[in-house]
Amino acid sequence: MLGPGARSGISALPEVAWRRHARPQQCPARGARAPGVAMTSELDIFVGNTTLIDEDVYRLWLDGYSVTDAVALRVRSGILEQTGATAAVLQSDTMDHYRTFHMLERLLHAPPKLLHQLIFQIPPSRQALLIERYYAFDEAFVREVLGKKLSKGTKKDLDDISTKTGITLKSCRRQFDNFKRVFKVVEEMRGSLVDNIQQHFLLSDRLARDYAAIVFFANNRFETGKKKLQYLSFGDFAFCAELMIQNWTLGAVDSQMDDMDMDLDKEFLQDLKELKVLVADKDLLDLHKSLVCTALRGKLGVFSEMEANFKNLSRGLVNVAAKLTHNKDVRDLFVDLVEKFVEPCRSDHWPLSDVRFFLNQYSASVHSLDGFRHQTLWDRYMGTLHGCLLRLYHD
Amino acid sequence: MPGKLKVKIVAGRHLPVMDRASDLTDAFVEVKFGNTTFKTDVYLKSLNPQWNSEWFKFEVDDEDLQDEPLQITVLDHDTYSANDAIGKVYIDIDPLLYSEAATVISGWFPIYDTIHGIRGEINVVVKVDLFNDLNRFRQSSCGVKFFCTTSIPKCYRAVIIHGFVEELVVNEDPEYQWIDRIRTPRASNEARQRLISLMSGELQRKIGLKVLEMRGNAVVGYLQCFDLEGESGLVVRAIGTACTLDKLSSPAAFLPACNSPSKEMKEIPFNEDPNPNTHSSGPSTPLKNQTYSFSPSKSYSRQSSSSDTDLSLTPKTGMGSGSAGKEGGPFKALLRQQTQSALEQREFPFFTLTAFPPGFLVHVGGVVSARSVKLLDRIHNPAFVGIMGNTRSYKLLDWNSFNSDEPETRDAWWAEIRQEIKSHAKALGCHAVVGYSESTSICEEVCILSASGTAAVLNPRFLQDGTVEGCLEQRLEENLPTRCGFCHIPYDELNMPFPAHLTYCYNCRKQKVPDVLFTTIDLPTDATVIGKGCLIQARLCRLKKKAQAEANATAISNLLPFMEYEVHTQLMNKLKLKGMNALFGLRIQITVGENMLMGLASATGVYLAALPTPGGIQIAGKTPNDGSYEQHISHMQKKINDTIAKNKELYEISPPEISEEIIGSPIPEPRQRSRLLRSQSESSDEVTELDLSHGKKDAFVLEIDDTDAMEDVHSLLTDVPPPSGFYSCNTEIMPGINNWTSEIQMFTSVRVIRLSSLNLTNQALNKNFNDLCENLLKSLYFKLRSMIPCCLCHVNFTVSLPEDELIQVTVTAVAITFDKNQALQTTKTHVEKSLQRASTDNEELLQFPLELCSDSLSSHPLPPAKEHLESASSNSGIPAAQRATSVDYSSFADRCSSWIELIKLKAQTIRRGSIKTTVTVEKASPVGDGNFRNRSAPPCANSTVGVVKMTPLSFIPGAKITKYLGIINMFFIRETTSLREEGGVSGFLHAFIAEVFAMVRAHVAALGGNAVVSYIMKQCVFMENPNKNQAQCLINVSGDAVVFVRESDLEVVSTQQPTANCQSSCTEGGPS
Repeated sequence: MLGPGARSGISALPEVAWRRHARPQQCPARGARAPGVAMTSELDIFVGNTTLIDEDVYRLWLDGYSVTDAVALRVRSGILEQTGATAAVLQSDTMDHYRTFHMLERLLHAPPKLLHQLIFQIPPSRQALLIERYYAFDEAFVREVLGKKLSKGTKKDLDDISTKTGITLKSCRRQFDNFKRVFKVVEEMRGSLVDNIQQHFLLSDRLARDYAAIVFFANNRFETGKKKLQYLSFGDFAFCAELMIQNWTLGAVDSQMDDMDMDLDKEFLQDLKELKVLVADKDLLDLHKSLVCTALRGKLGVFSEMEANFKNLSRGLVNVAAKLTHNKDVRDLFVDLVEKFVEPCRSDHWPLSDVRFFLNQYSASVHSLDGFRHQTLWDRYMGTLHGCLLRLYHD
Repeated sequence: MPGKLKVKIVAGRHLPVMDRASDLTDAFVEVKFGNTTFKTDVYLKSLNPQWNSEWFKFEVDDEDLQDEPLQITVLDHDTYSANDAIGKVYIDIDPLLYSEAATVISGWFPIYDTIHGIRGEINVVVKVDLFNDLNRFRQSSCGVKFFCTTSIPKCYRAVIIHGFVEELVVNEDPEYQWIDRIRTPRASNEARQRLISLMSGELQRKIGLKVLEMRGNAVVGYLQCFDLEGESGLVVRAIGTACTLDKLSSPAAFLPACNSPSKEMKEIPFNEDPNPNTHSSGPSTPLKNQTYSFSPSKSYSRQSSSSDTDLSLTPKTGMGSGSAGKEGGPFKALLRQQTQSALEQREFPFFTLTAFPPGFLVHVGGVVSARSVKLLDRIHNPAFVGIMGNTRSYKLLDWNSFNSDEPETRDAWWAEIRQEIKSHAKALGCHAVVGYSESTSICEEVCILSASGTAAVLNPRFLQDGTVEGCLEQRLEENLPTRCGFCHIPYDELNMPFPAHLTYCYNCRKQKVPDVLFTTIDLPTDATVIGKGCLIQARLCRLKKKAQAEANATAISNLLPFMEYEVHTQLMNKLKLKGMNALFGLRIQITVGENMLMGLASATGVYLAALPTPGGIQIAGKTPNDGSYEQHISHMQKKINDTIAKNKELYEISPPEISEEIIGSPIPEPRQRSRLLRSQSESSDEVTELDLSHGKKDAFVLEIDDTDAMEDVHSLLTDVPPPSGFYSCNTEIMPGINNWTSEIQMFTSVRVIRLSSLNLTNQALNKNFNDLCENLLKSLYFKLRSMIPCCLCHVNFTVSLPEDELIQVTVTAVAITFDKNQALQTTKTHVEKSLQRASTDNEELLQFPLELCSDSLSSHPLPPAKEHLESASSNSGIPAAQRATSVDYSSFADRCSSWIELIKLKAQTIRRGSIKTTVTVEKASPVGDGNFRNRSAPPCANSTVGVVKMTPLSFIPGAKITKYLGIINMFFIRETTSLREEGGVSGFLHAFIAEVFAMVRAHVAALGGNAVVSYIMKQCVFMENPNKNQAQCLINVSGDAVVFVRESDLEVVSTQQPTANCQSSCTEGGPS
């Protein structure tokens, strides 16, 4: 018998007792029912052989709206007028989709499972959409956590981030957990970071690269939150991250290392001290300057400013390199680059094309410095920095 | 020793973590068949174990092969405590026992646990070596094919249709054995699942024996049901139609007309335009093709006949059947004689088929049905209690020794009902019953047994051995085929079994036809229909006092006839409101609960060109003096007339008007005038001002004499038509729609509502029930809106009353899109499109390695693929707005060239060992492809799960079924003690149904199939106790596993066939 007290003496095992020998007789009233309501829906489900995915509802779910809010938003979208449905229908539909998404979420945490599972028959294109959207993130959110440690502490700050960005807490959590999950899976893994992410999360190329950047930033804890860095977009950072992964990590020289794409090549960073000679040796510095100036005379709109500032800029760029041995300075890389190079140039109103000319010439003319022995090192450093600076140089 | 069963356990994947400490599992597998068990080695510490076992061999009788399921249990090895069960897989090996079906079962099966649901998958290979034993048909019936499909399966030809086979077996329900008190729910559920599996096997074997006795080789329209009778046991019963089938050797061998209704039926029959020669108009009378015979019999049983049934339609090509109608007289008599002699040898001339080979069906009389209320024996059977618990073998012993009388009792009950049906059919001048089905509804110890079918006269050609086929065919061909033959009355005009109103057939003008026709079968393909059809439902609730045993049974018996009557009246009214004159696929379900009875009738209404135009509905007030009242009445009348007009437009019913001749009397039959329908005289005042649009036609008169009647009229008008672009029907195919696309979506929807006990009046109940059904339909339309234009086919409603105040409605149907604009000439582009699609499918595996070699792979971003998809779907003519939330799944699935495939392959290649070689210049290029490093690309077997289509229909649009792999008949129990954690009742049931679908698909895929046709969810029993956070659900599903091939993939020969046949059917149809 159902209902408490209906247990027979023998049924010491509680879990077997309830369904004994009778269909449910009477179900004790559950709470006070609203008077006048003739019927209440107890159960309402729809299961298709092919799982129905409504993209709009999926978006609402991902955005962290509750069923009630989602229904309200859908009503506002005018769907009732378009389809002639009632609010009750919409409610039931939304519930169904939310339930489906909830069941799918477990699989989305390990996307290859979604492909191989048998419970939901979903066409490949839809699977891709589900995964891609689930792992998509908001620009505003990622800017807040980029470079931060993906730890419990940061997770606690999600409340504030949610208030600040206007993204629901639920959505913030999802995005944060995604970052963390990807990080956990690919850290200490061999091979290319992007490839590893793609393999384990089946993301599109673009998104996998973004995640590589996020993981790379989180691992190296680059500071991105300073006020003077606010003008930079996630895209700017991701671009730089990609260049750095390609050229400055262990993976750039040896593919057989764990963590190869996530950690910067320590040896390389140590070696960067050798570049100091470019600014420490006065002759070398003068020679470098004259080479650049000769080459750029008449080609640069801001030639005089460049000429005046050359030593400062060069000192800035070389000192950034020399300091990278310290973790703290690695974290401040972007702050330093903006302070030492982007801001001075911007204050002199260099056009982007002039920056490009300058950097090209600045990097290339080092090859003509006879006394300088670290050409390869310089190329590895400047090649990347060149690309980064150009990307960082905007308003 | 006629069989050797061989099983190999290959691997597992996605197993649950069983050891919290290591987050891993030490899994091994037990393989059990009969009393023999084998074990694999323990595969330590893995969630993806690779057992790769030897072949486990079982040497068994074929009798056991038929009865027993193969039981595979996955366990977690535990050194110190008992091994924990992860879950089980039951595999029915029956499909391996007949030669033409599957030869091997091999694939990934979900590991199922009745408490936790699906927990990972296991890869199994099963084979059977059958030794040729001459005696093998003694006990077993290996070799008899079973089909759920209620028509002759597509790639077969019916040589002889033998007739009705039935069988039932009874056992004690393990859930009610005393041992159940001390065992775990899991053990109890598993005992039940296993028992039912065993009983199904045994039942099938016994039916097979009967078929062999009849010299048949197959059962078509096999319907197996469970009656959970609680204390008094578990009944598994089945009915079917025994046939001798011939496999159509090659698709080229084509014999028009006498062929089985195979693929071509899908193509041609639809171009039957409304016959321009049809005559219409003329008076019509409300009329029921039904008899009521109340024969109170002893044990509180009462049978009443009425209408009922269900199911599907496979169209047939034009031809046949009409001979009698045309020639009338002597030939008809001859036919009848032949049929009679052929049928009289049979105890029950019943056929579970709902669609027939051309020429099989000669006349249709009308629906016959019988119900009987029985009291289930409470366990007075002393042997029944106690003893059973200790023996865990459920085999035959149980019921043989203890309740040997039980099956006989049940047999007698059904025999009684069948006899009743037979006599009803006789009364209608028919010798046979087609579209026959049986059902039960049980509440506590009361059980309502129902049977229904359509009385019919059949062509003996298919019923006899040694038919001179050639000769008969010739004769049939000589007779010009008419498309109205089946409408002609089979009974004697002067000696009608019930008062009916006859007119001359509007098609041939030679034979008499009734004014309305109710049937339980599918619309014959050669029938001429005007406009489109629609789903018509009658819904009804009646309160009943709670009572015990005999008093209860009496109360129910007393209520039944009234319910039947009202359901019928509602159907008639709604039919008229739609402006139609015939119902197909009629299925009336009466459900009994503690304190109420529910009636739900579903059918597909159509306008048959051969029958007269239906009259309108008139409303009559009882107190004509009251002015405002009269105004109200006329207002209502106007609304009704408007609705009729609107419906006619909606369903495109525009029969050619005809001026002359009114045959027959326009007076409503007095028999109809009970409570709701009064004689016309009472309302004569209104007649002049009312219903001018329906002019001379006599109207159905509704008298509003009390609020009840008012409610009834209101409820008539509350049925909202489906939104534009949607159609629905409960037959296989929607009359009037012919250009189906290949996109299908089968679904199950379940709703349970709780009634507040405060306002339990009949009206409130009716309204609630009505709202429940209407809202459910509305929800379906909304959910499937992206498939517009589309039709819900085979809509199957099931009502149950699990508790006092709960009503549960379960709907299974399939949505099929059709092409509104394109007519049949589109085949070419269609073919091209799908060819393209198919090639992508097939070459998938080849393509990607190739692509990997090319440099472009890595730079293959998604935009092009997406564009491709988009352009493809826009080509298919779906408006962009609807594509937004598109369910364009089938087409998506078919063109799975999207980038996820690329990614997967990439991933695979990487795993093989990625060696980074380039570090230089290229890498500096920003955002380029520098990141993709060289890799070698050996292939990897890592394909996604194959798509398995499911449909309640007997065919797949745009495809040809090439092979039947065997019957799928599965029974699952799911239980939870953490209802809230699983998302409440909805979450629990949603997950369970999804799991059931998954398990069906996995079994089909393992048999080598890619679809299930004639899929049906026969039972979905749901019980909950939210207070204790518990719920339990039982689901029983069945269907036919098949292999289908897209029509476009078939060779030119076969694509030409339909055309050829089309021509032949056209010429046949032409001269009429």
